Amino acid sequence: MKKGFRYGWIGLVLLFMYAPILILAVYSFTDAANIGPFRSFSVHNYVTLFTTPELLNMILGSVILAVGSGLIATILGTSGAIGAFYSKKRVKMAMSALNQVPVVNADVVTGFSMCILLVVVFGVSKDTYIPLVLGHVVLSAPFVYLAVVPKLKQMDPSIYEAALDLGATPFYALVKVIIPEIASGILSGFVMAITLSLDDYFVATYTKPATFDTISTYVVNATKGSQTEIKTALWALSTIIFLVVVVVELVLNLAPAKKAAGEETEIDE
Amino acid sequence: MKNVFSRRQMGIPYGVFLAFFVAAPLIVLFYYAFTNGSGQFTLNNLKNFFVDPNTMGTLCYSIVLAVTVTLVCLVIAYPVAYILAGSALKRKGVILMLFVLPMWINFTLRITALKEILSLIEGNLAFHPFLNTVIGMTYDFLPFMILPLYTTLSRLDSSLIEAAGDLGADSFQTFIKVIFPLSIPGIVSGVSMVFLPAMTNYVVLDMLYNSTYIMGSLIGSYFSAYDWHNGSMIALILLFIIGIVAVVSEGNDTENTGRGLV
Repeated sequence: MKKGFRYGWIGLVLLFMYAPILILAVYSFTDAANIGPFRSFSVHNYVTLFTTPELLNMILGSVILAVGSGLIATILGTSGAIGAFYSKKRVKMAMSALNQVPVVNADVVTGFSMCILLVVVFGVSKDTYIPLVLGHVVLSAPFVYLAVVPKLKQMDPSIYEAALDLGATPFYALVKVIIPEIASGILSGFVMAITLSLDDYFVATYTKPATFDTISTYVVNATKGSQTEIKTALWALSTIIFLVVVVVELVLNLAPAKKAAGEETEIDE
Repeated sequence: MKNVFSRRQMGIPYGVFLAFFVAAPLIVLFYYAFTNGSGQFTLNNLKNFFVDPNTMGTLCYSIVLAVTVTLVCLVIAYPVAYILAGSALKRKGVILMLFVLPMWINFTLRITALKEILSLIEGNLAFHPFLNTVIGMTYDFLPFMILPLYTTLSRLDSSLIEAAGDLGADSFQTFIKVIFPLSIPGIVSGVSMVFLPAMTNYVVLDMLYNSTYIMGSLIGSYFSAYDWHNGSMIALILLFIIGIVAVVSEGNDTENTGRGLV
């Protein structure tokens, strides 16, 4: 393949993936109601975004939900991974198999079945937020588990035994030896959990209280309505999220890459 | 024994959680799918699915849509992964990161952005619902295809390619006979990452004014009608399809779950 074609293809695909977001970002700083002609530069959309209570509540609600369910998922997933990893083979396999279910399952099915179990069978009110939070934990805890297990595999088991031989209690050795070794897995699991919760539409639709909206459910409803004010304010939100993602990604990926300059790939794994 | 703490016990909370909120919902789903409103066993829900031309039509439409989206993603993503894996660029990691980054942005916001562009180009989105949905889903799911392909291709043993060259194969033959077969695990894992969402993610259709139903939207419509029994049956049928895809891809590939790659 010719060099020009190669980079041309990469460039085209990147253009396809980024053009919509970037064009929207540019237009978020104008007074235009649609992409096309605009009259002037304006930060009106950003003012609307940060002064409309409905929008602020939706953003804040999504963030609290993501961090809250992310924390629960991280604690459960991490302790589950440690427990399963040091258990007998059968227990370990059963847990890994169950853990895999929400990963491969369609989110629609996960959300719908959670709704049936909690709301229809047990009669838990959606207004308690319990179905929503549990739904998001189900969605994200398996990914924490999957992020932690490889770190446990990499760990040298004799360090833990050495700690016990030197008089550490199992709990002390866990906190001082195992947790620091797997910290990077826990962190990436946590970040993953937050992203999954923020990205989720399906589990939220089936389990959320009627009066509460996450970013996804709000955006889907807003695109059906005809409120131009709200629509263009969402362009501003999209731009802010894009910038946050770029910064987070740069910090997560490029900082460790600098430290381990000898390694070849920075991103996969 | 004073000290009762052990590492194994740490798995108990998550084990209980999995039993209650992963296993139990599936059992309940199964129960609802095979019972009627008064709790009696029935196969009617299953029959409804196969007799109703709407649900069968939806299944066919979902499959056609999912196959199209998967093929389009594969055709776009394979060269990208191949070029990136083979390039000697120093900043390869940065370019790969660029392909992964959109995954982190809320997909409804990304589809909103795409919708604005498509409206500008096409005027009225209602004229090309299928095309728009394929574009929308490709836009949404492309990273899930690129990542597993890249992972597989970048781990290819380069000595095999050199050996093919030494034995007289030209670069086309090398690709067909060596590289492509070795990249099949990546293809399988990418296909399973894209195919299932394409059958179920009805929000993309919804946002791009495609009024046709796919499997996911059937669950949504039964949910809105409080019809838990037929809804459960659709969910169960979807689970069955997912199970088949998972088993097929499991045989080819064990370590790669693209969605889990950060």
